[in-house]
Amino acid sequence: MSRSLLNLVFALVLCASISFFGENFIASNFAYYYDILISIGVNIILATSLNLVNGYTGQFSLGHAGFMAVGAYASASWSNHLDPIIFGIVNGSGNPVATNAAMFVSMLFAGAMAAIAGFAVGVPSLRLKGDYLAIVTLGFGEIIRVAILNLDFLGASRGLSVPGTYTNLFWTYGSVVLCIYVVLSLVHSTYGRGFLTVRDDEVAAEAMGINTTKYKVAAFVVAAFFAGVAGALYAHFKAFLTPEGFNFFRSVDVVVIVILGGMGSTIGVVFAAVLLTILPEALRGLAHTEFVPAAYQVLLENRLILYSLLLIILMLTRPQGLFGDGTAFKKWLGRSRAD
Amino acid sequence: MAGTLTGRLMESLLKLNNCTIRFGGLTAVSCFSMAIAKGELVGLIGPNGAGKTTVFNMVTGVYRPTEGEVLLAGERLNGLKPYAITGKGIARTFQNIRLFGSLTVFDNVRAAFNLHLKHGPIHALTRGKAFLNEEGAIEKRTLELLKIFNLERFRKAMCKSLPYGDQRRLEIVRALATEPKLLLLDEPAAGMTPTEKSNLMKLIEFVRETFDISVLLVEHDMRVVMGICHRIYVLDYGVQIAEGPPSEIRSDPRVIEAYLGEA
Repeated sequence: MSRSLLNLVFALVLCASISFFGENFIASNFAYYYDILISIGVNIILATSLNLVNGYTGQFSLGHAGFMAVGAYASASWSNHLDPIIFGIVNGSGNPVATNAAMFVSMLFAGAMAAIAGFAVGVPSLRLKGDYLAIVTLGFGEIIRVAILNLDFLGASRGLSVPGTYTNLFWTYGSVVLCIYVVLSLVHSTYGRGFLTVRDDEVAAEAMGINTTKYKVAAFVVAAFFAGVAGALYAHFKAFLTPEGFNFFRSVDVVVIVILGGMGSTIGVVFAAVLLTILPEALRGLAHTEFVPAAYQVLLENRLILYSLLLIILMLTRPQGLFGDGTAFKKWLGRSRAD
Repeated sequence: MAGTLTGRLMESLLKLNNCTIRFGGLTAVSCFSMAIAKGELVGLIGPNGAGKTTVFNMVTGVYRPTEGEVLLAGERLNGLKPYAITGKGIARTFQNIRLFGSLTVFDNVRAAFNLHLKHGPIHALTRGKAFLNEEGAIEKRTLELLKIFNLERFRKAMCKSLPYGDQRRLEIVRALATEPKLLLLDEPAAGMTPTEKSNLMKLIEFVRETFDISVLLVEHDMRVVMGICHRIYVLDYGVQIAEGPPSEIRSDPRVIEAYLGEA
């Protein structure tokens, strides 16, 4: 087994043991932080997968929430209808083996459905470039949302309850690890250099024998798959889905994370996902403490304004993202590899 | 050099048969025929707007000829996508350098090995032995190629940080990594100093011999074209006005007229 694969297995085992020993303790004693922890995981998956499309391949997709919605509703419907039959789970309660198996299957199903949606959207729309692609993907996201809003078996605007809260730290951070592994090992190969050539110069890439359409579709499908997985995690954590949870602003949130982290820098995007999930909550926490003088309390009460202001400042000072394309970070780590 | 005309046509690698291309009402190239033999170095010249780059784009699949056919070793290339044509064995460089700006010198060349890659995305994920062996082999060949062109000391540098002449050479190295039978060079001498031009002429000759390939050269600089080409085609307003060895072309009255106007 190669070293990178060993690292992956090690990371997965680590996630499993943390989940096995610490899950209940964290969930019952620090429920609020547990909630944030899961949100961070979901956002990391969404952002690192979108980074493959927007960062490494240089396409501009604004429809990631759409794929997440496909995954969330797919896994919810699967669990609602099939879990009682396959795993004997009634009203979301069953033995741990059954619920974990059910979670695994529904995540796979969610990813597969989102990947199919990604393929269906990608093939026709990836002929478009730049702004046009952004508009088409934005349109796709809205179509998904409005479709769900009108589909009665998905709960329409009433929302859809998902039995059981299967999502735990293992599934969340296991998926995070897997997503990062997939993106990094794809990009760090001769095959994966193709994604970067598409971003840098499509004409030159074609002239070097690289099928740019194939690469764009591949990036889109992989990203959609993981958005679907993130959707499944979200669905089985919140236990209740509404179409409004997957609106245009959800997509923008993910794009903001990718841009802030630095397009094409996985480590930067992971960092930004953590930062931008914690920041609004941290600002909320600061609002009612004694550390902040009363005069500034009003600023913190309008924390979304402050949040936007921080984003603007960050973008002005680090237009290439927190970590740029990652080369500076690698240098800082003191290792310079050929890839 | 290829012998008689018939002999040349027999063993021609690239053949254009009466290729015409129209953009709306404008005929950019009309009834252009050309043959390039294996190992031959052919020049394509003409005044500005004569249609040289259009011919280039027709061969590489960027444009599709309205009439006529493009054949590589007898195989029809009409309608193939540019990447597929590169797969058949035609590689090119660009008039204005188009390197992959965010990649290192090493990765620019490595990316071009994609074409003959045996492994795919799944292998990149599983990282099996065969995958690692192939990656190692590609790395070795990339470094070999860079070494031949004295670029290996820049391998970790970003390609944009290279001097202009080296960037042009890197483009040629990248094109060679696709293992072409025919190399198309689009104005390689543009923007070069006289010394760089002399080096370029040696380089092109060297590439042709070392890699045993044919070269089609589009160039404005007459010293370069006349100095190294075996045969030259001259285009004016999309029509071929002359064809022959440099010595003939230099004294051809139609060529002189096209370049300098009527005497």
